[in-house]
Amino acid sequence: MRIVIIGNGVAGITAARYLRKLSDHEIIVVSEEAPYHFSRPAMMYVSMGHMTFDNTKPYEDWFWKKNRIELMHDTVIAVASSNAGLHISLRSGSTIDADTIIFATGSEPAWFGWTGEHLPGVQAYVHKSDLEALERNVQGARNAVVVGGGLIGVEAAEVLHARGLHVTMLVRESGFYRRVFPAEESDIITKHIAAQGIDLRLSTELDRIVGGENGGRVNHVISSSGECIQADVVILATGVKPTIDLATQSGLNTDRGVLINDRFETSLPNVFAIGDCAQFEHGVEQLWYAARAHGEHVARVIIEGAGPYVRGTYFNSAKFFDLEWQVYGVIPPESDESNSVYWNDASSTRSVRIAHNNGIVVGVHGIGVRLRQETCVNWIESCTSIDIVQKQFQKAVFDPEFTRKVTV
Amino acid sequence: MNYIELTVPDAMRNHGTMWSRWKNRGVPAYLLALVLTGFYILVYWFPEPLAPLASLLDPLAQLLRGSAADRWFLYGTVYTVAVLVMGVRMLLRYRTQRYHVYRTLTLMTVQLMMSYLIPALLARMGSKEFYFSYFWPLKPEYLFPSNISALVQSDNGLLMFMGFWTITMTVVATPVLTYFYGKRWYCSWVCGCGALAETAGDPFRQNSDKTLTAWKIERWMVHSVLASVVAVTGLIWWANVDPASPVAPYAQDANNVYGFLIGSVFSGVIGVGFYPLMGARVWCRFGCPMAAVLGLLQKYASRFRITTNGSQCISCGNCSTHCEMGIDVRAYAQRGEDIKRSSCVGCGVCATVCPRGVLKLENK
Repeated sequence: MRIVIIGNGVAGITAARYLRKLSDHEIIVVSEEAPYHFSRPAMMYVSMGHMTFDNTKPYEDWFWKKNRIELMHDTVIAVASSNAGLHISLRSGSTIDADTIIFATGSEPAWFGWTGEHLPGVQAYVHKSDLEALERNVQGARNAVVVGGGLIGVEAAEVLHARGLHVTMLVRESGFYRRVFPAEESDIITKHIAAQGIDLRLSTELDRIVGGENGGRVNHVISSSGECIQADVVILATGVKPTIDLATQSGLNTDRGVLINDRFETSLPNVFAIGDCAQFEHGVEQLWYAARAHGEHVARVIIEGAGPYVRGTYFNSAKFFDLEWQVYGVIPPESDESNSVYWNDASSTRSVRIAHNNGIVVGVHGIGVRLRQETCVNWIESCTSIDIVQKQFQKAVFDPEFTRKVTV
Repeated sequence: MNYIELTVPDAMRNHGTMWSRWKNRGVPAYLLALVLTGFYILVYWFPEPLAPLASLLDPLAQLLRGSAADRWFLYGTVYTVAVLVMGVRMLLRYRTQRYHVYRTLTLMTVQLMMSYLIPALLARMGSKEFYFSYFWPLKPEYLFPSNISALVQSDNGLLMFMGFWTITMTVVATPVLTYFYGKRWYCSWVCGCGALAETAGDPFRQNSDKTLTAWKIERWMVHSVLASVVAVTGLIWWANVDPASPVAPYAQDANNVYGFLIGSVFSGVIGVGFYPLMGARVWCRFGCPMAAVLGLLQKYASRFRITTNGSQCISCGNCSTHCEMGIDVRAYAQRGEDIKRSSCVGCGVCATVCPRGVLKLENK
């Protein structure tokens, strides 16, 4: 059997690795973005000079040949299905016949048709090409505007700040990440970002982007409150949407994403979709960790006939400049003392919140404190009472040796 | 990018590391490597040009040792100053992490006391110059019969203590401490080579080779050096016990060859001279027999490991990039596996640079 995977992000590559672990089938991975898999979350470290681009590749280049995973740096322009099987056409002119295809085409920036969004100096920060665009755009630049107060937005702000630009951030919400974080946590992050020297404009959206004279590069942006903010670079980080054009043209049922059931099966037999591009009945699950889990599970479905994909207890993490964030389970943004226990240290940069439902723990949340996933998930999945979790909390602390104690 | 960091570095940030020509094998790095290599060659084999430099240190040498400064005093002083000055940089750079603060202060203190002041004072007292922080097989001669018998059979209390100390540290303390804490108790908290690597060498840590090929070469080399030092020590003892044996005439030659190739060329000229090109742990990784012994203990008889926090790894590679020992930490972390590698010196920088709180040094 020949299995072709479209996309070499974490979803596609994890699928390829598990297909190889579980089978002896022929595996081909086609990627338009980069010849070798790289870690997308590491892009920012390349832009800040912490790592080289080569350092972001989790596997040495010989790994693929040794594991008989064929890599093709090409663009899939059409997928067709006939009685004889599946057929893939590539931009280079060649074609591949396949028995199984996995769409792992990921996502692309979601922009909202702003005036001036295509001016030189305006970019996203999602793909390898954006990494290269940033290198060009920061040359000689002094002022930058980042639009969007999500995880990519704060990464973009950190990168531009590290490159010596004055950064203004437009954030729709009244506090940073307030849509996800309870008020106290949002406040810690908001203050931390402002303390770095980022000009944080809360409750502010983008109105339009204005170019310089002669229709040149971006010059400034106008915010929703009518303010004019100087900008030589603008990063639009207003979220991502599934990349589905190829799937739609190939006749797959699509909505926001490629429609799949809980075994990643699309509307075409032997065609699967995973990761950011896929849409379950309950919606999309656009998360790096989820994409990796999809990759493993789709391999089990194809090779072992595994049953439905069941998502484990939710977890996520990020780093806001110097502040690490980890979450396990459910932390409602409206958490308060009635349904959670909150601790923060004297410097007010480290905090822990344990959310509970009538005394049964449902989520653990840490800022500036590292938390052991196994312990937190175990508490949540075994419906542990808040008293026990508080008493045993040291078991969950994953901070380096000699770090000041968390006394939640 | 600045050629030299004159400002206080940001705590734990690596901004611009990969663009610095000093830190990333640019022309200045090659020049520095040339200077360091040249300095070692002069110190070991052609000391005459260093005499004027050494004589500048005469007052200090008179004060500490009660004798004029020779090339070794010059070398020891330069080495200790490098550890102390770059130690301060290290303390500033990692000031938000207590593990690095405590570890760096310990390294600086051990270097200043055990490797510089105490040996000098011993010399001043007319006693044997002895380094309480070095043991067999890093200092092979400490277990040679000449030393052991002289130290143990002496009626001088200090010499007896030295004999007791070196045997106890090698035979008892090394396995016991390594069992509880891993090889880090020595390599990144006590050892003088480690002290220089962890302070002066910190800016170059990202230059270590992380390929699988490098790991294969490393295992062959470091264990070959260990086998050599065991053989040399054995020969010396054999020749001592049975001076009539056919190997006896060659024992001292073997020791001399080992001392030249490993003690001087490898640990000195290459070990420090190549800092800017291959990272600061070239010697520790490819050559140090002490590291080999500690590594075997760490791998097979130790509670120490770096634990991985569930599935939180994002495969970014900061850990591997900044591992001075060239361990591909990410390869383990992204599979959710604990890291138990014999070469790991437990410096803890992988855990520090991890942006997702995935790695933790533990003795469990």
